[in-house]
Amino acid sequence: MIDNLPFIAVAALIIIGLYAVLFRRNLIKIVIGIALIESGVNLFLVALGYRTGSIAPIYTSSPGGIMSYPVPQALTLTSIVIGVAVLALMLSLIIHIYRHYGSLDVRKLGGEDQ
Amino acid sequence: MNIRTIAAVIFFTIVSVFMIFSALMIHPFGQPDAQAMDQYIIDNTVNETGANNGVTAVVFDYRGFDTLGEATVLFTAVAGVVILFRRLKK
Amino acid sequence: MKGMSKIVKTIANISFPFIMIYGLYIIMHGHLTPGGGFQGGAVVASGIVLILVAHGSEWMQTKIKEHDLSLYESLGAFCFILLAFLGIAFGGVFFTNFMVNTNLPFGQIPIDGAANLNTGGTIPLMNLAVGLKVIAGLFAIILVMAIATLKKEEST
Repeated sequence: MIDNLPFIAVAALIIIGLYAVLFRRNLIKIVIGIALIESGVNLFLVALGYRTGSIAPIYTSSPGGIMSYPVPQALTLTSIVIGVAVLALMLSLIIHIYRHYGSLDVRKLGGEDQ
Repeated sequence: MNIRTIAAVIFFTIVSVFMIFSALMIHPFGQPDAQAMDQYIIDNTVNETGANNGVTAVVFDYRGFDTLGEATVLFTAVAGVVILFRRLKK
Repeated sequence: MKGMSKIVKTIANISFPFIMIYGLYIIMHGHLTPGGGFQGGAVVASGIVLILVAHGSEWMQTKIKEHDLSLYESLGAFCFILLAFLGIAFGGVFFTNFMVNTNLPFGQIPIDGAANLNTGGTIPLMNLAVGLKVIAGLFAIILVMAIATLKKEEST
């Protein structure tokens, strides 16, 4: 069970991020929770392509041996850039919400009580 | 305790139990299933693309179409942020 | 946002060329060592944001306009798509690496372990195009957000 430590870390990251999204009231804390979930997914993608005792897939004066799979690492690169793009749009919308409503509490925005 | 809080607690419990069970029952770390596609890429990168970096060869040569989609997403996000902060000139 | 004190401005001016050279090294050697267009572009954008935070956005607004940044970003995207379309004209399909094994500039094939700079085909040129796009895009996002929080009485 302790051999699967990267996958347990992925589960812990996603659970903490989900707790921040569901049970917090400040909008900035919800956005931080979304960023935590994205970090957990990226870690999961990188941990999928590792073989025991392998080296990085670089050929410049490599010491020889088996290599890790390069395809999950390439897909993680794309996922990180898309995370940055979504985070930038979310933060600019939060700036506009603060200017219009005057507060960042997510339960006072919709016009319903509590 | 209204209906929204109870629904959030139930959803959170189901997802966290599912995550922990999946992390314990997935394949052992370091022994993935054999992939014929990755083995072909590792063997033939230097001869076909001439690059010494396996990850860059996959991103820009074997899977260049996904990089085109990612460049489009980045362009759309920058356009959206700049449009949101325009000041109207009279 | 306002600028910072004299000491911060001097240190930012000193460390800015080293950050730029490091980032451009990562972009240019993307096909030999770990790195590439996206990673090097993020490093250079961080260096430019250091200058923006140290000197203030009012000073930055007199130096560069947002209109020039959109020109650089579109230029990077256009060069990337042009390299992809040239694959149809020279080889067979979209995104063909048509510069490998020929006498064009980046056409050699590395012999085991050695790393020359003129290997790789179209990959170094694509690295440069994507690096320019990422630098201009990230700098435009930060600049627009810094200017928008400047004057509060003229908000839209």
